[in-house]
Amino acid sequence: MSDIVRLSIDGQDVEVPTGASVAAAIAHVGLHFRSSVSGAPRAPLCGMGVCFECRVRIDGVMHVRACMTVACEGMQVHCHD
Amino acid sequence: MTERYDVLIVGAGPAGLAAAQTAASRGARVGLIDAQARAGGQVWRHDVRRTAPRAAREAIAALRSVELLTNHQVVAAEPSALRVETQQGSSLLSYTSLILATGARELLLPFPGWTLPGVTGAGGMQALVKQGWPIAGKRVVIAGSGPLLLAAAATLRAHGARLQGIYEQAPVARVHAFARQLLRWPARATQAVALRAQLAGVPYRFGTFVRSAHGEAALRTVDIEGPHGTTRLDCDLLAVGYGLVPNVELAQLLGCATVQRSAHPQVQVDPSLRTSVAGIYAAGEANGIGGLAVARLEGAIAGHMAVGDTAAANLLLPRRDKARGFAELLATHFSLDPRLHQLADAQTLICRCEDVTLGELDGFSDARAAKLATRCGMGACQGRICGTVLAELGRFSRSGSRPPLFPARLATLAGAATFPLPTISTEVADHE
Amino acid sequence: MKAAAASYDLIVVGAGIVGAACADAASADGLRVAIVEPGPIGGGATAAAMGHLVAMDDDPAELALSRYSLQQWEAFADLKEAEFSRCGTLWVARGDAELAAASTRATRLAAAGVEAHVLDANTLYELEPALAPGMSGGMLVPREAVVYPPRVARYLVQRAQSRGAQLYAGRRVNALPRGGAQLDDGSTLSGPVLVATGCALPALLPQLPMRGRKGHLVITERYPNLLRHQLLELGYADSAHGDADSSVAFNVQPRPTGQILIGSSREFSATDAAVSPAMLQRMLERCFAFIPTLRQLQAVRAWTGFRPTTPDGRPYLGAVPGGTNQWVAAGHEGLGVTTALGSARLLLDLIQGREPAIDPTPYAPSRMAA
Repeated sequence: MSDIVRLSIDGQDVEVPTGASVAAAIAHVGLHFRSSVSGAPRAPLCGMGVCFECRVRIDGVMHVRACMTVACEGMQVHCHD
Repeated sequence: MTERYDVLIVGAGPAGLAAAQTAASRGARVGLIDAQARAGGQVWRHDVRRTAPRAAREAIAALRSVELLTNHQVVAAEPSALRVETQQGSSLLSYTSLILATGARELLLPFPGWTLPGVTGAGGMQALVKQGWPIAGKRVVIAGSGPLLLAAAATLRAHGARLQGIYEQAPVARVHAFARQLLRWPARATQAVALRAQLAGVPYRFGTFVRSAHGEAALRTVDIEGPHGTTRLDCDLLAVGYGLVPNVELAQLLGCATVQRSAHPQVQVDPSLRTSVAGIYAAGEANGIGGLAVARLEGAIAGHMAVGDTAAANLLLPRRDKARGFAELLATHFSLDPRLHQLADAQTLICRCEDVTLGELDGFSDARAAKLATRCGMGACQGRICGTVLAELGRFSRSGSRPPLFPARLATLAGAATFPLPTISTEVADHE
Repeated sequence: MKAAAASYDLIVVGAGIVGAACADAASADGLRVAIVEPGPIGGGATAAAMGHLVAMDDDPAELALSRYSLQQWEAFADLKEAEFSRCGTLWVARGDAELAAASTRATRLAAAGVEAHVLDANTLYELEPALAPGMSGGMLVPREAVVYPPRVARYLVQRAQSRGAQLYAGRRVNALPRGGAQLDDGSTLSGPVLVATGCALPALLPQLPMRGRKGHLVITERYPNLLRHQLLELGYADSAHGDADSSVAFNVQPRPTGQILIGSSREFSATDAAVSPAMLQRMLERCFAFIPTLRQLQAVRAWTGFRPTTPDGRPYLGAVPGGTNQWVAAGHEGLGVTTALGSARLLLDLIQGREPAIDPTPYAPSRMAA
């Protein structure tokens, strides 16, 4: 098993250590995870799956918690839906 | 698809791990569920770059005959069974005995700017960093209350963060009194000394708190209020947490009674950890914040109880009672400054899912009426953040749980074993 | 000395959407109004409801009332609190028999002045591409809408209050002594009484039979643009008006937030408010048969509510049989939001001795005493 996984964050390639979360991968690119219902940028708050501020689209599935998802090779992640 | 277990345990933190190992050692078929990708819970959360503490490694290694079901989110309760969702589908796990080891979450209090990207919980930042969040070289302010701040600070520093300071709201006299009391718990005292050594050179201030955070698209500065006035600090990240709140939502969904010793409910258990529902036990933080030692002991007690060995459970009760005493000490010495309840102003968002301000909630004395009129608590977190905040601020208590326990696919609620591949979601989002 | 009872021209018991509409209409008529509500405003069936504004046409009386009421809802189309969204109603036909039924219904609606179009299958899929293949067509009622009922109820109560109505919040009416209402704090209000307590009607008016008909609803996360219309199966009326102890029907709405609200189920014998996993499964499977992609969406919440249901399915609107100065507006089953405003207008006409705009006979509570 490789020590590094590569995934795409809004079209940008990112490398993170194996086992890292999608949230960590996104943070390599920026801190705009989702847009709130009134349009403000949001990023993780609780870090443990409670607050739902880190919801992103992963491989076509919307509203997935980035902090609860382990980054996998080739994942396509889209922020601020 | 239904899997049957003699003992099913929800939460693979220290309490759940101890419960699982205890019950499995007596020959029970044990399932240990956790929504996270790895066992360990919050305190023993797996660190992608560093080795876990020995106690954590041993507890996880001891699981041999336990079925560890990570990435399993409990979403609904059925008679003597839980419906769980994974990334691929859902299943029903039935049980003879159930142990709730659902742990705690951080108490997050609102202040102007708390919704800015870059503001996280203290334990929250620690969790993110353990899972690879890039923090090396970042300027981090740590604030809030309790010993968790030091643990978080140590993790962040070990990963290369530039700590700008640790700002503890409790006044210096109370923290010193706490430190003196620590001598009664030598293991804790040693731990505290070790943490302080790891944090040498980092300012640790008392009677001090974050009043507001500022920035446009992300955090840039924080205003710190202390005994000598307000100071503005530049920073990249603010990690702020005010202690812990028990996770009782699953217990409530199952009909287990809760009690309130503070603004927040905890699961009501008898000394042997039976809840008000026959066959369901609760262990650790869910029963009231008690820390790691309590969690491990209560996990073992619940594990014995769940396989019917009351005598073995009873042997552990005195040690548990002593360990619970430490929690009392924490609660007393780190009680919150009333000014912290006044930081949010009328424009501060309380419900971050639906963007409802504190001002919009004026005049409501009941969570349900407020929700119907303002949407507060209707979002994806299901009121876990805003409901806890409003209870802490003394506005009104949270309304009870209802299914799904966490947002879940409709296919899961329809009992589907496997999910279809996504077809529409991408297309829909691209319209925006 | 006992304090004199507060006196009103109309004491409205219950502040659901129906009671709130009655209080609003009465205060607009210049009456001195009291409103008594033990819980949150719009906190009963109103809070649980889907909030559809839909003309049901299989009973002429129901069509007359819903059409009359829908005209009045137009005044709320721009009201922020109403969250009024004119998504139109799309009735989906499975099979030629249902398509033929759509044609009959469109004609009937048009005759009553409600715009309705029959759609062929191609047009149906152009309007709603997410529908499962194999549908035969449908009927579009383009002017229909959805609203958010609890906020409307609150708005109506506040508007009545702005005209002087007195809200007795957190108070319950325990009894209806002659000439007024007795509250749970022992005080008495004097004046004519209008009971709009929905499922709780028998507590005050046991002579008027009422059953709660349980329903389940689920709401999802936000998926803007997935659906454009509120969608119902043409077989919906069979579920709504049938006597089966339990039934489900496909009924989903795109909410203005982008969320999808999913119904519907009907159960007579279920009396506890808990979400039933089995019923939820049955209801969702029905909806997946029409919109397969729903399976993937994240559900945020599921809940239940009870529709106040009279033996013949029509509401009680009028004088309480055997009562003096007692009126009732209750029992709208699943159509209380649609018909609340018309019901209130009809009732106020009766109370004030005016000629109602529609024939009140089919709703007269005296039909139960016969």
